[in-house]
Amino acid sequence: MKKRVWLKILIPVLITVLILLFVQQLLMPKYMTETKEGAMISEYYEKDNHGNNDVVFVGDCEVYENFSPVTLWNEYGITSYIRGSAQQLIWQTYYLMEETFKYENPKVMVFNVLEMIYDTPESTGDSEKREAYNRMTLDGMKWSKEKWNSIAASMTKQEKETDGYWSYIFPILRYHERWSEVGAEDFRYLFHRDAVTDNGYLMQVKVNPVLGEFNKRPLVDYSFGENSWKYLDMIKDLCKEHGTQLVLVKAPSLSPVWYDEWETQIEEYAAKNDLLYINFLEKQEEIGIDWNQDTYDRGLHLNVYGAEKLSIYFGQILKEECGIEDHRSDTELSALWTNKTKAYEARKEQLLLEYQEELDSEQ
Amino acid sequence: MSFISLSFLLFLGILIILYYALPHKWQWVILLIASYVFYLFAGVKYLAFILFTTITTFLAIRFIDGRNKLQKEQLEKRKEMMSKEAKKAYKKQIKAQNRLVMIICIVLNFGILFFCKACLVEPLHTAFSSNATFSFLTIGLPMGMSFYMFQSIGYLIDVYRGKAEALTNPFKMALFTAFFPQLVQGPISQFNELKDTLFSEHAFDRRQLAFGMQRMLWGFFKKLVIADRIAVAIGTLKGAEYTGISFFVLTVFYAVQIYGDFTGGIDIAIGAAETLGIKLPENFIRPFFSKNIAEYWRRWHITLNEWMKRYIFYPITVSQPMLKLSLKTRSKLGKVGMRIPVYIGSLLTWLATGVWHGFNLHFIVWGLLNCFVIVVSEELAPLYKKFHDKFAFSNKRGYDVWQIIRMFLLMNLIRATDLFNDVGEYFTKLGSLAYQFNFNVLWDGTMMNLGLSVSDYIILGCGVVLMFLVSLFGRSGSVREKMEKWNIVLRYAVIIALLLVVVLFGSYGIGFDASKFIYNQF
Repeated sequence: MKKRVWLKILIPVLITVLILLFVQQLLMPKYMTETKEGAMISEYYEKDNHGNNDVVFVGDCEVYENFSPVTLWNEYGITSYIRGSAQQLIWQTYYLMEETFKYENPKVMVFNVLEMIYDTPESTGDSEKREAYNRMTLDGMKWSKEKWNSIAASMTKQEKETDGYWSYIFPILRYHERWSEVGAEDFRYLFHRDAVTDNGYLMQVKVNPVLGEFNKRPLVDYSFGENSWKYLDMIKDLCKEHGTQLVLVKAPSLSPVWYDEWETQIEEYAAKNDLLYINFLEKQEEIGIDWNQDTYDRGLHLNVYGAEKLSIYFGQILKEECGIEDHRSDTELSALWTNKTKAYEARKEQLLLEYQEELDSEQ
Repeated sequence: MSFISLSFLLFLGILIILYYALPHKWQWVILLIASYVFYLFAGVKYLAFILFTTITTFLAIRFIDGRNKLQKEQLEKRKEMMSKEAKKAYKKQIKAQNRLVMIICIVLNFGILFFCKACLVEPLHTAFSSNATFSFLTIGLPMGMSFYMFQSIGYLIDVYRGKAEALTNPFKMALFTAFFPQLVQGPISQFNELKDTLFSEHAFDRRQLAFGMQRMLWGFFKKLVIADRIAVAIGTLKGAEYTGISFFVLTVFYAVQIYGDFTGGIDIAIGAAETLGIKLPENFIRPFFSKNIAEYWRRWHITLNEWMKRYIFYPITVSQPMLKLSLKTRSKLGKVGMRIPVYIGSLLTWLATGVWHGFNLHFIVWGLLNCFVIVVSEELAPLYKKFHDKFAFSNKRGYDVWQIIRMFLLMNLIRATDLFNDVGEYFTKLGSLAYQFNFNVLWDGTMMNLGLSVSDYIILGCGVVLMFLVSLFGRSGSVREKMEKWNIVLRYAVIIALLLVVVLFGSYGIGFDASKFIYNQF
């Protein structure tokens, strides 16, 4: 009799949970055709993407659109991955790095210092946009202590006042309003995803030249915030703890503008902590960046041509100054990266074709 | 902790497990602890207020009980020695002492309520809080203050009147005052209704648990899918440019919102209590099916109106001055004069009800308008009777429907005072109904610019129809009991479908503020 009572409770609960899980899966954005940045974080967990990378880049669009791991492989035999997401913040980077060490122990971690300018979730501006960016970084992470901590550090005031953690634990609470937007893509990618990047690199093939100089509006205060420094210290300590070399970079993106006062602070920090710091803005000529050809959005990010140039330049540094080995003689890795290169070339060809069609239709 | 949060559901889930798993004799203690944990989520700063009410009321009832026992003892002991007059004088003396203590307790508590309503709630607090020394005024109204205070004071008066036993355990008093499902927006229970169910032991009952959860789910539906979805349109329609038919639409939308919000919140409160085996009083009985205003107020916010009737209206109308006035007015004005004290009682009760909602002129006007309609209806009652006797159609179902619609629309117009802090603006809009027949707003696109999309209107339309059908279905008995007789698959399919509707179509999360109930602010 007692058993029947429990069955009467458990069966409906189980059915309800299964239905809710299915609906949640359906409503979660898939990011397969638009806003692909949302699908990037989870790609790292695919078995071919982690476990043997010598270099891991972690950061925002200044890394995932400016460096090409396939080029690093083809030119130097360097295995690398970019754990990138849109407007990634320094604490998110820290927790992604912490998580990365659970999957592999790279020789070099690359951190792009532009993230230092955002000290709190609110400091990035519009809190609704911030929340959307948070989602793109956090939803894709597998459940772990690092994800939980990253959520805690990232939530905006508005998020804390509404669903808080609950909507990260049960994303249906966040995406329930998508019921009216559900389309073919949601059904097609219900249980699987296509790769949108090449080892974390989000390829762009369009060409939109820089129109002029970006205005350096004077700021009231050029100091980086306490929180940013705290996390940079944590990143440094984390890498040290794992015997990984931390390399600080400033990508050659022209906007947001990089102030000399910021540069000084980073240079001093790097010197004090014996870290390698490369400001690629100062190396544009050596890299060979042509702002008429190598950017897809007027200087904010590089396109594939610029990213390949930058990767060739950076690969040399990684090889000479960080001692990263050439793995091209490793047959297993070579086979893996040959496939990755094929996929990269196919994507490039496809995107160029689409771009050409777009140009033709405009004329 | 809002009712509309997963934190609350988690809290309730843990409580249910502890409540039934631990020895049942501790159930009321678990409830007390849970109620204070729930209250602490609203802020530690509010704790002092509820403790003050609990302690002062408890001390007062102990005093009254003590004096009553002393009186009984003395009268028993000196039965032979005391004359009838002496006994009477002694009883009078004890009663006066009891009354004084009761009045002090009421004044202290209502004084705090008055202060909080006047100073801690917009707009008056801004006048004070601009001065830094009064910055504490910005703490806002302590959660559920009007509800728990009325409940405690009602109990005190009942003890004074000898209609309720006096609790001897201060912790039980604390539980009666702070029982968490009632804290947000009532219902306001009477001690005699609640004591047995609140303090007794409850064995686990799957059916009761299921019923409670179903009632909560229905409350979530009304609050999240209906009330919070339509809220955005109400915010827009309050704008100065929306007059005439637009104002009429506003009154209907507001009726839908407040019904969904308030009855939804009460469903959650009653359902949550039911999962613990505790029966709270009903606060609504299909109010929009009322045919006249007196019936409406017997069906809407029942527990507050009952409180007002018991502790304000009746004491006023049967007081010595009123009885004297009644005699005088009757001799001078006849039957009408006889009713004057009742009308004075009504007026004062409605003023009190208005003030209970807040120290704003529009609440007072709302109370007075209700009182006015009640008095006019009473005075015209003989005429109605003649009319009904003369015309046969007045007994037909169609006439009932007309009366229901008429009452719905009339109450919508009165209720709309809530929406305007500026009473002049309300009357201007109300007046525009008499001359502005801009029916074109219904189809010229105005309705699509209120913040609601076509899908919102479809959801709202279906939701309102569902609420109506459930009300209709519930006229002949409990809907949940009827559902229990259905095939089990059908029953669960309906419940799971309702859950999905709430989860998918509920207005919550980023961009919505669903955490507050309208009646939470009172």
